[in-house]
Amino acid sequence: MQFPISSSPFTPRNNSISRVMLHVLYALLPVTAIHSYLFGYGLLIQLLLAVSTALVTESLCLLLRKRAIKPALYDLSAVLSAVLLALAIPSIAPWWVIVSGMVFAIGIGKQVYGGLGYNPFNPAMVGYVFLLISFPLQMSLWQESSNALSLSDSLAIIFANGSVLDGISGATLLDGVKTQLSTGLSLIDIKMLPVDERLNLIPFAYCVGGLWLLHKKIIQWQIPTALILGLCLPATLAYLIDSRQFSSPIFHLVSGATFCAAFFIATDPVTAATSNKGRWIYAGLIGCLIYIIRTWGGYPEGVAFAVLLANLAAPSIDIYTRSKIR
Amino acid sequence: MAAITQLKHFSGGLTLAAHKQPSNILDSGIPNELIYPLLQRADCYAQPIVKTGDAVLKGQLIAHAGSALSTPIHAASSGVIKEIAAHLIAHPSGLTDLCIVISTDGLDTALEPEPCIDYQSESISDLRTKIQQAGIVGLGGAVFPTAKKLAAPQKIDTLIINAAECEPYISCDESLILAHAEQLIQGVLILQYITQAEQCIIALEESMPQAFQALQKATQKEAIQLIRVPEIYPTGGEKQLIQVLTGKKIPAQSLPAEQGMLCQNIGTAYAVYQAIILGVPLTERIITVTGKGIQHSQNIQAKIGTPIKHLIAECQGYTNDVQRLIMGGSMMGIALSSDEIAVTKATNCILALSSEELAAQTQEMPCIRCGDCANVCPVELLPQQLYWYGRSQQLEQCLDYRLLDCIECGCCDIVCPSQIPLVQLFRAIKGEHTIKQQQTAQADLAKIRYQNRQTRFANAEQEKKDKAAKRQAAIDKMKAAAAAKKANKPD
Repeated sequence: MQFPISSSPFTPRNNSISRVMLHVLYALLPVTAIHSYLFGYGLLIQLLLAVSTALVTESLCLLLRKRAIKPALYDLSAVLSAVLLALAIPSIAPWWVIVSGMVFAIGIGKQVYGGLGYNPFNPAMVGYVFLLISFPLQMSLWQESSNALSLSDSLAIIFANGSVLDGISGATLLDGVKTQLSTGLSLIDIKMLPVDERLNLIPFAYCVGGLWLLHKKIIQWQIPTALILGLCLPATLAYLIDSRQFSSPIFHLVSGATFCAAFFIATDPVTAATSNKGRWIYAGLIGCLIYIIRTWGGYPEGVAFAVLLANLAAPSIDIYTRSKIR
Repeated sequence: MAAITQLKHFSGGLTLAAHKQPSNILDSGIPNELIYPLLQRADCYAQPIVKTGDAVLKGQLIAHAGSALSTPIHAASSGVIKEIAAHLIAHPSGLTDLCIVISTDGLDTALEPEPCIDYQSESISDLRTKIQQAGIVGLGGAVFPTAKKLAAPQKIDTLIINAAECEPYISCDESLILAHAEQLIQGVLILQYITQAEQCIIALEESMPQAFQALQKATQKEAIQLIRVPEIYPTGGEKQLIQVLTGKKIPAQSLPAEQGMLCQNIGTAYAVYQAIILGVPLTERIITVTGKGIQHSQNIQAKIGTPIKHLIAECQGYTNDVQRLIMGGSMMGIALSSDEIAVTKATNCILALSSEELAAQTQEMPCIRCGDCANVCPVELLPQQLYWYGRSQQLEQCLDYRLLDCIECGCCDIVCPSQIPLVQLFRAIKGEHTIKQQQTAQADLAKIRYQNRQTRFANAEQEKKDKAAKRQAAIDKMKAAAAAKKANKPD
């Protein structure tokens, strides 16, 4: 009897890119739920816009590049980029913000380089920085959590550039602290700012998702740990030196996108360093850069820039951290 | 070395579904034909000493080793040499090569064996010669000549008997232990006597409680340590097992003997028992015939040289859904194109996989550099980097990332989310490297030859010049003398 031949191993594989991406998407469910509970329908509308734009852009690019469309769409990487970008921008931003950001993220950030696996920069962060530079006003108006918006209000704000905008938007905590510090106030006075305790649920939700990913072994522990250490070590040092000028490490940890970056952004394998040693350096660098940009940079939040800069360094990190066991 | 109390880990590895069914051992009976490839290992051919039409008996030598890394071949049953001709052999590329084919007569008439009651009365080198002449090789799959391995120049402290059958589906060693524990312990003791090792360890997987009991019973009076190792693939790899037992990492280009350790497969120990005590050469071995592509899985005592189809028939044939025929286990075995191919000394398992057990044909996706492959690699390579450089033909970089240390265990391959056939790629690059090395060696040789020729020519030229100069000098001298004579002559 004759048989076809093939190469070993013959054991069925137990993993796929879509499985990995799907797990990451599941891990983002808690934060999506809590965000929608606190702020209303805005995020859900942004998610729909982002995902559909991402899929259309990816398909068009693949069509132009004469590549198979189906496997690339089914790997869910474009969907994940879309969800991350939608979570990163203000949920009351007009529709063209997320749409143009997504076209740029997938088209320029990913497909121009050859698609999944070949992009040197995290597509979601490319899109975010593009938006931050192009539309600074829309990107700095954040919704206040005191009033969750109804579906009709959300639709009106996002699609009609609604007049309801006044009174529901404001700066983020990081932004507020930065502005007030620049006016000469010390942190002791700023503590008076009214802070909605419920906002802490958001970093908590990122944490829950991230820990679940660690448990499922979808991500490795090195990157989140190194990023948090890279941020907290300089923050603690500066805080000990002058607590009137520098925010506490806890503040840095729970505000802004720290946990999102640690568990969901910096862990993107394509754009990270690939050896475990390299990952320590890569993520530690991101943490440090976040702290530097937040403290001395021109923008209140530094995650996107920090990640892109570290992306740039990742190949060199890989070369210089090669194991020398022989 | 102290007795082993605590086990270590090697990095990476996988816990795989075992699919093992140790069983009583079925005797395979005599096939119509026995086929013996002359190719023993890479580039090592045995030299046939029979010709077509010769009658042979069971246990009779039919081919000399031919070289130090090869081994002699013995007939596994009586019959007539049908031909020495090209046949399909068990090779990943489906090669044909010269084979000795015996038409069996069904009588199984054997040569008179030469038993030995007291092996300790014989010298160690005599015992090694006997092992060599019995054609014994490492039965774990590497088929390295056992006598050669036992002749390691270093002092051996620890003899490790490898019964950690870690690859899925394979249960021939476990079945051997269950059936012949007493005898194989004698083989182990002979090996210990030959190596003069102070310590002897038998390592078997935790998943073999019955085999452990059998060995415990058989080793009651002996100073042999039984160690149960965790069921992690590839614990049964020689260097991985040593790392688990001793924590020592044996570097890729070096041998365990350099650290005073020697590893032998448990099946090899049994073959040694048969060769020394019973005086019969290696002509049979236990083979696991299994997989969902087979009606009735069995461990079979098979004559080496038996065509696979004969063993399949002993297991009541294939099922309707048989997809692949594999020699070896599901991780490192090789797919065979036909069941006419015969089993060799290296064959521990014949696996007929159904579509349900076989890795599905999937679309290869781009590498996302997740590093899952590096996390499971038992030799701590970075397969993602090897892939990156390998696919762009950067051989130098691949070697820098220790491509040659890859043991082709397949762990990286099956965890890859992008479904990239990594092992296949690594094997191909290794092949390219070998070819390149041969070419470089040839080019170097040609260069040396050319340089030698140039020097030879230059020397000859110089010699010629020297001679001419000498001659000229002599002529000048003579001329001068003649002139002087002339001048001195008074007119």
